Amino acid sequence: MVDPRTSVINERLSRISRIIAVSSGKGGVGKSMVATTLALTLAHNGCKVGLFDLDFTSPSTHIILGAKNTQPKEEKGLIPPTVHGLKYMSLVYFVGDNPAPLRGADTSNALIELLAITQWGKLDFLVIDMPPGIGDAVLDLVRLIKRIEFLIITTPSLLAFETVKKQVALLCELKMPIIGIVENMKMDKTNGVQVETEKLGLKYLCTIPYDPQVEDAIGNETKLLNTAIGKKIQRVAKSIILTEKRVP
Amino acid sequence: MHEWALAEAILASAKEIAETEKLKEVTEVTIRVGELQQVEPAILRFALFQMKSELLSNAKFRILKAKTTLKCRVCGTTWQFNLKKLDKTTAEAIHFVPEVAHTYIKCPKCGSPDFEIVSGRGVWLENIKGAK
Repeated sequence: MVDPRTSVINERLSRISRIIAVSSGKGGVGKSMVATTLALTLAHNGCKVGLFDLDFTSPSTHIILGAKNTQPKEEKGLIPPTVHGLKYMSLVYFVGDNPAPLRGADTSNALIELLAITQWGKLDFLVIDMPPGIGDAVLDLVRLIKRIEFLIITTPSLLAFETVKKQVALLCELKMPIIGIVENMKMDKTNGVQVETEKLGLKYLCTIPYDPQVEDAIGNETKLLNTAIGKKIQRVAKSIILTEKRVP
Repeated sequence: MHEWALAEAILASAKEIAETEKLKEVTEVTIRVGELQQVEPAILRFALFQMKSELLSNAKFRILKAKTTLKCRVCGTTWQFNLKKLDKTTAEAIHFVPEVAHTYIKCPKCGSPDFEIVSGRGVWLENIKGAK
């Protein structure tokens, strides 16, 4: 017995120039906010962009985007709806506001299913909002999408950065490209994360100061792009557009 | 028309296997479809015939159905999936991503959503026959 779905995944993604997983070893560091803002910013810079929420058990990009009254269209698979200029896919289209209590094997199966049936078409970038940690989703993407790149998010907290170091070690061991590290929610002027990032041989992409206005910008694209995250991610997006993939 | 995407996957997978096995031609492909995903065999067969090419140009397709068995991880109860108990929207959501069954289906004995899909989840390539 063979699962045929994995055989078609690379074909489904073949017209996407770059696939970026926004990831962190720790939860609550702002991955979804950065992923959504990055996708919107790349689109505002004239790129064709998709956003895929892979945090199946705790999805939130649909709330950040304010994605209401949209549904994928069924046509030889699923065509993602366009939300604020982004091709958008999330498990919320199938579970609504209800919980999706999935164990690891179920997460893998749902991920493979959506990768096999979603017709993204031609894109410059597919941004993937990852669940926290280095579990099933990371391992599945590394296994299934050989050309994926990782953008890593941390906070200044030692607790977050220690998990990021483990994630970096794993990704380097697997020879996966890491675009760099974004330090989010910074409230002081210490440079510990920057120093440690450079010791790891990685690019420190930017510091995003803690911005209390972010909460008010949830669901509002214009407000979101004017927050501290929006302004800082603008520089990161431009740097990503201008650079080729980096291999550690 | 989700079946078209799955048919494309089946053909790609069968071609990969045929190439690995150094088959000159595939004569028969056996596919098993789990009840949970509610794949329509007639649409799947039509899509396979429309898209088959190269090594699979002359292949026949056998499509077998599999009952869906679910087993509760909390109390151990085993039961059969029953499509008739679901409304149309829920059935369609499960058709696209069978794992969302965990959102809509509960153990009939203890009410837990923590169950295993023991068999009959989705589409599997069971066997291919061909000439070397």
